[in-house]
Amino acid sequence: MNNTLSVEKVGIADMKIVKAPHCIRTSGLGSCVGVVIYDFGMKLAGMAHVMLPESSLAKGDGFNPAKYADTAVQTLISQLIANGAKQGALKAKIAGGAQMFQFTVANELMRIGPRNVEAVKKELSRLHVQLISEEVGGNRGRTIEFNPTNGMLLVKSVNYGLKEI
Amino acid sequence: MNFINHFNSIHLDFLKEIGNIGAGNAATSLSRLLNKKIEMNIPNVQIVSFDEMVEMAGGSENVVASVFLRIEGEVPGSMFFVLPLGQATRFIKQMIGDMNFSFAEPPYNEMALSALQELGNILSGSYLTALSNFTNLSIYPTVPALGIDMVGAIISFGLIEYSQVSDHAIVIDAALSEEDFENSDPVHGHFFLLPDPNSFQTLFDALGVRDHE
Repeated sequence: MNNTLSVEKVGIADMKIVKAPHCIRTSGLGSCVGVVIYDFGMKLAGMAHVMLPESSLAKGDGFNPAKYADTAVQTLISQLIANGAKQGALKAKIAGGAQMFQFTVANELMRIGPRNVEAVKKELSRLHVQLISEEVGGNRGRTIEFNPTNGMLLVKSVNYGLKEI
Repeated sequence: MNFINHFNSIHLDFLKEIGNIGAGNAATSLSRLLNKKIEMNIPNVQIVSFDEMVEMAGGSENVVASVFLRIEGEVPGSMFFVLPLGQATRFIKQMIGDMNFSFAEPPYNEMALSALQELGNILSGSYLTALSNFTNLSIYPTVPALGIDMVGAIISFGLIEYSQVSDHAIVIDAALSEEDFENSDPVHGHFFLLPDPNSFQTLFDALGVRDHE
């Protein structure tokens, strides 16, 4: 059988679901957080590229749930369940949330990376999804790729090489 | 309604003129600093999705050297001076006189990094001074920060303000190229000016452009 492996790409403020043997990836995470929620038994995984901590920050219309930590986690979970995942089996891995630039003047905007990480964790724990591993913080960009077949998240960063979590 | 829909071609032409004046001034400073001819392409004003913005700057995973600063005053916004590593290396070599400098392995030479940061400081300063003179608005740049990392990780930081109101950003993009190296880099250095969403009305008022329609 000629089964072509594909890697689904998730853009900025975007989310997608894949089933093994396909992988899912998002690139160039800075202060943004890459959230992976998966059901290992079903070989099903969803990924979101989150930009902001809370949907209450939204000022315009055309609401995009993938952009905010709280709504991205909720939407990923309901999409996974709609695709056959079991609520109790869901686990998560996250990466990103860096502070890319150091400024002398303290500013809430500069802390957006750590705030995104906190918000994702809070929502995962509220919805009883166990966080298995994380690669967050620091001041480096990251590209991540999740493989639902073995449940591993590959994290690539400039000058830090590859790491599997 | 999405604020992006309020813009028409007249608005975009005014923004282009801002880019022209600012980036032209910055290119002149760069030419003088490096004592070589620097070409400035006619600036582009575009309404782009976040992914498109990252593509414009060289592609999400491409590693670049970028100076980033916030603009404060009457027209808050973000500014990036993004250089492909090849171009950044040439500029650094010339500024610090160390022909062996390279970005191959960290830790990078401190003097090289501070030279590049200072270059960004001078260029963004001349860009914003021209913009301030042209519009008669007060504009204060913050001390710039330097990052050497993936384009996506760097640029997304300037999109945070937009992300609260839209899935698109308005960017004033000016590409620059050196005379002798026109084809050696797949991507060129860029100035990206991203006024915050609330700054456009102030800019248009200052320039006497009629209200958004």
